[in-house]
Amino acid sequence: MAWPSCQILWDFNMNVRIIPVLSLLDDALVKTLKFSAAKYIGDPINTIRIFNEQEVDEVCILGIRTTLRNKPPDYKLIEAMATECFMPLSYGGGINSLETAKKIFQCGVEKIILGTYAIQNPSFISQCSLQYGSQAVVVAIDVRKSLFNQYAVMSHSGTVNTRLHPLKWAREAEAAGAGEILLTSINREGTWDGFDTVLVKEVSAGVSVPVIAHGGAGMPQHISEVIKSGASAVAVGSMFLYQRKGLGVLVNFPKQKIEEAIASI
Amino acid sequence: MTAIVDYGTGNPSSITNMLKRIGHPSIVTSKISEISEASKIILPGVGSFDTAMDNLEKSGLKEILEEKALGQKVPFLGICLGMQLLTYGSEEGLKKGLGWIPAYTYKFKSSPVLKVPHMCWNTVQVTAENPLLQELEKESRYYFVHSYYVKTEAPGYSFLETRYGIAFSSGIANDNIFGVQFHPEKSHKYGMALLSNFMGL
Repeated sequence: MAWPSCQILWDFNMNVRIIPVLSLLDDALVKTLKFSAAKYIGDPINTIRIFNEQEVDEVCILGIRTTLRNKPPDYKLIEAMATECFMPLSYGGGINSLETAKKIFQCGVEKIILGTYAIQNPSFISQCSLQYGSQAVVVAIDVRKSLFNQYAVMSHSGTVNTRLHPLKWAREAEAAGAGEILLTSINREGTWDGFDTVLVKEVSAGVSVPVIAHGGAGMPQHISEVIKSGASAVAVGSMFLYQRKGLGVLVNFPKQKIEEAIASI
Repeated sequence: MTAIVDYGTGNPSSITNMLKRIGHPSIVTSKISEISEASKIILPGVGSFDTAMDNLEKSGLKEILEEKALGQKVPFLGICLGMQLLTYGSEEGLKKGLGWIPAYTYKFKSSPVLKVPHMCWNTVQVTAENPLLQELEKESRYYFVHSYYVKTEAPGYSFLETRYGIAFSSGIANDNIFGVQFHPEKSHKYGMALLSNFMGL
């Protein structure tokens, strides 16, 4: 490969963000498997302190099942978490008005993540992006793959099939002003089986905004694989929260192993 | 007291939060009276160049900032868009910048591989000595989010350089006026060290 492309690929690979994902169910930190079976992990503030000490690139907090249960975001908890966070922080879950968005930013969060409500009202993406800039607006796309290998965007914590195609919706969200796409494979979420690289490749090649791949990380090689598929950032849950698959909770960030895996791309 | 200028472009609470952690009180303010009392000024900012300049001009903040930075020479730090406003102008808009540091702001060319905005952690190369770099750790890295970058008219005004497809100025300075493209308030101990140095001026 000619030198300039090598340089650009190097610039790209070295800049991929690795993002621990923390799921909140009320005031508890939990971890789900394929969006169900929420298992208790621990105290969210302590966990965020550990990731802060480990100097992770960014943290993503998801208030899960908020829209489904019609719950507002827990502003107090989000603010307490943001105070411990000296790295970028995004929050998603239950943001359904400019007023909620404003309150989330006031908690000290840099980016809001929009899900179900954005599917119902795509113009809400534009409103947020006009007000706060597209760099502050992430659109979460939760994807389920059917038995016939068809991809569909799901809403309401994976319970409602919107019949939207992931790439089509990603392009629409980008056009509306989304600055990033958080692309989650529900089938892989919490499984440790590796990312759905086919899905990531299709979506990241089809939009010009960064795509954060989520769902399936189980080892550093999975992370480097999904970066090769075009992900600009990689979101990781279980692997950073448990010792190993099937073992107990251990908040960890194997920075060196991930860097080695990325460097070997 | 350090004044963090609030001119309607985003919420600077994370700067206050980090300053508090390193033991420096600060206020987020848009009041001319409070800014005129300040011993240090931080100009944050996200959003568009013209809107930001418009807000500074219409609110009358531009004059007081000029008086503080150029007249009284209080230490002044522009962060992200706040740094770009220190230049003569930007490809993002039509308005003139503050023009306190001889530099211009240009747009990144997007490529399929290097997506714009440049949104990631990146390293810096020190190209000149600067008081903000005291006890700088090796391999310091910082968090960037921007679609436009700064190039100085003369190399002497740039003290940090970063690569993203091309090399650009990630730290600029002219006397008591400093600008950084990255977000020190979101850059762990590396950003904390830089803000500490600024607070020590």
